[in-house]
Amino acid sequence: MSPRTASATPRPGFVLEVERSTPPILFHHGEGFRLERLPAGRSRVIYPPSPLEGLPDPSGAIRHALEHPIDSEPLPALLRPGMRLTIAFDDISLPLPPMARPDVRQQVIETVLDMAAAAGVDDVHLIAALALHRRMTEAELRHAVGDRVYDAFAPSRRLYNHDAEDPDGMVLLGTTDHGEEVQISRRAAHSDLVVYVNINLVAMDGGWKSTATGLSGYQGLRHHHNVATMLKSRSFMDQANSELHRSNWRQGAVLAESGPRVFQIETTLNNNSFGTSGSLSMLQKREWEWTARDRATFLAMQGGLSVLSPAARRRAFQSWRAPYALTSVQAGEVSAVHKVTTENVFRQQLVAVEGQTDVLTMGLPYICPYNVNSIMNPILVMCLGLGYFFNLYRGRPLVRPGGAVIMTHPTPWEFHPVHHPSYIDFFEQVLADTTDPAEIEARYELRYATDEWYRHLYRTSYAYHGVHPFYMWYWGAHALSYLGRVIVVGGDRAAVRRMGFAPASSLSDAFEIASDTVGDRPSVTHLHLPPFVMADVS
Amino acid sequence: MIPEALAGKRIALTGATGFLGTALVEKLLRSVPECELVLLVRPGRRGAAERIRREVLRNDAFDRLRESLGADGFAAATTQRLSAVAADVSADGLGCDAEGQELLAGCDIVVHAAAAVAFDNPFDLAVETNLLGPIRLVELLADIGATPHLVSVSTAYVAGNRRGFAPEELLAESHFAVAVDWRAEAASARRSRDAIEDESRTPERLDEFAGEAAAELGAAGTAALSAKREQIRSRWVRSRLVEVGRARSASLGFPDAYGLTKALAEAALTETRGAVPLTIVRPSIIESALAEPFPGWIRGFRMAEPIIISYARGLLQDFPGTPEGTLDVIPVDHVAAAVCAVAADGPAADGQPRVVQVASSEVNPFRFEDLHDWSHAWFCENPVYDERNQPISPPRWSYPSRKRVQNSLERARRALETGEKVLSTLPIRGEKAGVAADFAEKRTQVERALSYVDLYSSYVECQATFGIGELLALHDALPPEDRASFNFDPRRIDWHRYLTEIHLPSVIAQGRLKTAPAARAGADRDTRRRAAVLSPQRHMAAFDLENTLVASNVVASWGWLATKRMPTAERARLVARTFAEVPKLLDLDRADRSDFLRYFYRRFAGAPVEQVAEDSFEMFSDLLLRQSFPAAVRRVRHHRALGHRTVLITGALDFVIAPFAPLFDDIVCASLTRTRSGTAYTGQLATVPPTGESRAEALLDYASREGISLAESVAYADSTSDLPMLEAVGFPVAVNPETKLATLARRRGWLIENFKLAPGGPRKLLPLAEPSVRR
Repeated sequence: MSPRTASATPRPGFVLEVERSTPPILFHHGEGFRLERLPAGRSRVIYPPSPLEGLPDPSGAIRHALEHPIDSEPLPALLRPGMRLTIAFDDISLPLPPMARPDVRQQVIETVLDMAAAAGVDDVHLIAALALHRRMTEAELRHAVGDRVYDAFAPSRRLYNHDAEDPDGMVLLGTTDHGEEVQISRRAAHSDLVVYVNINLVAMDGGWKSTATGLSGYQGLRHHHNVATMLKSRSFMDQANSELHRSNWRQGAVLAESGPRVFQIETTLNNNSFGTSGSLSMLQKREWEWTARDRATFLAMQGGLSVLSPAARRRAFQSWRAPYALTSVQAGEVSAVHKVTTENVFRQQLVAVEGQTDVLTMGLPYICPYNVNSIMNPILVMCLGLGYFFNLYRGRPLVRPGGAVIMTHPTPWEFHPVHHPSYIDFFEQVLADTTDPAEIEARYELRYATDEWYRHLYRTSYAYHGVHPFYMWYWGAHALSYLGRVIVVGGDRAAVRRMGFAPASSLSDAFEIASDTVGDRPSVTHLHLPPFVMADVS
Repeated sequence: MIPEALAGKRIALTGATGFLGTALVEKLLRSVPECELVLLVRPGRRGAAERIRREVLRNDAFDRLRESLGADGFAAATTQRLSAVAADVSADGLGCDAEGQELLAGCDIVVHAAAAVAFDNPFDLAVETNLLGPIRLVELLADIGATPHLVSVSTAYVAGNRRGFAPEELLAESHFAVAVDWRAEAASARRSRDAIEDESRTPERLDEFAGEAAAELGAAGTAALSAKREQIRSRWVRSRLVEVGRARSASLGFPDAYGLTKALAEAALTETRGAVPLTIVRPSIIESALAEPFPGWIRGFRMAEPIIISYARGLLQDFPGTPEGTLDVIPVDHVAAAVCAVAADGPAADGQPRVVQVASSEVNPFRFEDLHDWSHAWFCENPVYDERNQPISPPRWSYPSRKRVQNSLERARRALETGEKVLSTLPIRGEKAGVAADFAEKRTQVERALSYVDLYSSYVECQATFGIGELLALHDALPPEDRASFNFDPRRIDWHRYLTEIHLPSVIAQGRLKTAPAARAGADRDTRRRAAVLSPQRHMAAFDLENTLVASNVVASWGWLATKRMPTAERARLVARTFAEVPKLLDLDRADRSDFLRYFYRRFAGAPVEQVAEDSFEMFSDLLLRQSFPAAVRRVRHHRALGHRTVLITGALDFVIAPFAPLFDDIVCASLTRTRSGTAYTGQLATVPPTGESRAEALLDYASREGISLAESVAYADSTSDLPMLEAVGFPVAVNPETKLATLARRRGWLIENFKLAPGGPRKLLPLAEPSVRR
């Protein structure tokens, strides 16, 4: 059965050639923005497509997807009294920014629970599939699943965070033909059915990665969260060319063979991150289309931000809830579902771009998957820029081999002491020693990954796992080996240097610094995001 | 010929461990090969012979002789020619045993060079050593029926503050002398000691000392405070006695108690010597050797050295004195040679005491202005470097009046003291508290400068010229060989060469001043101290919790736990109530930490055990980790990785710190008793909480139980109430210290760490739990 999709065709993505008359371009800059003029005649700006129209009846669409799954029996047919049902769902890292209530996970989970109740299923557990991410707080769980579900399940400890370091909580399902161990939550492994509730924000999410990664632990993750895999994933957003994807799918095959039955529910959202009207709507408009009102609002916002303390600014940004709309929901067999999902992601994000460029510029926003309600520390800045944004391509990277990436972000030397304790030590000890991903992996990873204190903080507090900063660094490994220069505009100089990048105080300084690798008149491409856009580079 | 005249003679010497004494022993051993030496020294713990071996013969003065004789030859010569006698000039009969008396009785010559030379000795000590010492010596000689030639070393400054010519004559014959009964002075000095000791024990004084101790240490616990109070008391007694000496000396026209007691001693010796023939040798200010045993040889810090060093460091910005005045300096080898010549020449034929002055001002004056100008030029060429590796430019003195220098220093001292006081009342820590320590350091420097001005300015202001007719006559009568090997002719000294090529380099080397920028910038003091703290040899690292690991305290954690499940209205009331109580709580905490805890922990009465345990884990994330110092946590882990035992030792409650357990090997903390049912806390402490002294005791107990050496252990703490614990270990570390501890740590050379909160981390205005989401 084909899923229902929205009918209206939105405005597609667009590549703007910058001319003399082009207004300054918006760059995200952490908890703030910059307007920058790009060199005329040799610059282009890649804009995402406008938000797709949302499904007119989301709950109807969800119910329809569950009752008419792809390559699977309908969900109600899989439910029976006395069975053990586990509902796993994506954690706080999705979507970005977090969506306004009701969260799509809540809508899906409520429907699944209704069906389970109707079928007389009593033994239901809900697990936040956070792998080695930090535990979600009560407020965050309530936001994701809704108060009704939370109050029904959390007090009896049937709604909880995945704990990949629980010595009794994990099982080894087997090993792939590549020798990759497949490790998964014991509760999930011993369930009659695992229903996975996904939000697919970018092309790397979902599919077997949901279960094989989300419900796994260090033992399973280390087989693809490593430098070698990253160097072979070009990019990890492009499934056909992603070693990360292949490894997850190999683990998925073991899961399908020896693990519990998985009923995958995937959803896609439109890219309406900042609203089509309202105070932030100009952030997803094209600059030459800004109205006088947009300009005034932007100026007022810049003025307002400048008088706020960094902490207040952070609070203001972190409280933003995006008015996303559901653009598709599909359920059933993992791979088949994911194929449809990916098409829907591309429908919203893909833009055809011709040829590579000397310099890729991007404005890094205040948020990445790992600092929701937290601080975007320097390592996360690197990960967002060189891991996520650099890899938002299909075909070839936007920038030529040996080219330069210029990113704007204040990159403060700041860390959340509760969420990122191992990041602090990684920054102070590991990066002070070397920035080479392979060397870092060889010399430090195991120590951090097996550290008792980090393990303790991951399990009992709200800390990312000890090994997590390493993964963040590996995420950028492909870019680091590919690029000739990385320049951060407006960043804390010491922090930027610690990571081996060049600090610049303005964009023109950055071009000056880049000139030793790309010459005086480089071609420039600006990736205008968020909202998300993915370049299909020919 | 001097060597011939002294050949076969047995010469006794007091003060062999001193500057001049060592020079004399060396000179006699080397240049008078056939004399025998009997050294009278205080036996100390090791005995007289061992002291001679360690404190005299190992001195670099003997390198030259050791080289010429070879190690074996030197050992043989000293064994053969030196005998040690245990003797103490401050004891009756010098405390000599029969054997010693016999040795002394066989001596032909006795050179008395023992003295308390510091200008700021307590008066009674100066009297006992300088005045009564020689009297006891002649009394002993009389007792054993010996009449050797007594050569008594005095000082040219027995002339007092006189201006003009001071000839080589007995004081009694001088028309300047004030006749004073030395016995009465001695008795009075002893009574002063008793009176001052008594006064220091009056309740008023003891209160005063207690106040000072508390101001310096805060609530450091009984043991530390008692020790500090006693230290302050004995320091007070000493300074009062110094004052008594200075006042009495000034009233009699002497620059200090040294000059006065030496003058009294001359009179007393003349009176009590009986049949003993006496020669008084009066050197002026003895400084480093001109040529022998090697140019620049010096032992200990002499008069001018502290001034030179303070000058080189730029601490003495100005100094009183008259630029055209003379500073009467004489190299030590001249004095030693002169004593040898006097001994060889024998006493006066008429049996009258003979006086020989060894000084330079009459024939070859060393002008104060030259000293300053040459030193200035020399230090400009050869600057000393400060801690930041910057060369210090030497100040230029303008020779103001003493009063003016004193006033300006006094003003600076008072300003610094006020600043220090203000800072110490502020609730500041870490680097800011370091400012208070800077103030204290500066104040100490100013105080030292002030004391130099007090002590030494009379010497540089002195305008006396010391006659040396006798000395020159003695010199001129010597045969040429003796003139060469026993040079004491001050006319031949080139002062510029002496100062710039001999004396200053020697002083700078002795003072271990930095004469070149440190090669490695990283190897500064803190880095070295940190390396010592983090050496694999350490056994244990003990950590305090509050302000050492986390910027939080027991009140905050109670506030959080109490509000965790509290409705909003009640929270506001609780906050208001607690704020109202703050002054009382602070007072209690300042007075005694464990009383405070006992009082405060009552609030936990009735708290449900299980719920508190569960909430404590939430508090760990919401309060303690947010307020933690990542570098401190990293340090604990570093110690652990090095194999050190890590111990958390805190007055916080067990359930509060339970989440920290995986960080440490062991935790020593406070705990509450439970109600009979075991489900709630009573609010009463189960044991004495490990704070203050009991923290040190807990640490001692722990270490002895586990077989850990505290001398090889490290302790981290933030406040002077932790002083007992810090003092108990070999490697104390002050973490974000409050002002008192910052000052103390700086003074004692402890490592100071300023651990900071995670930069940019979320802060809580009030330590309250987040209101629960709706249920």
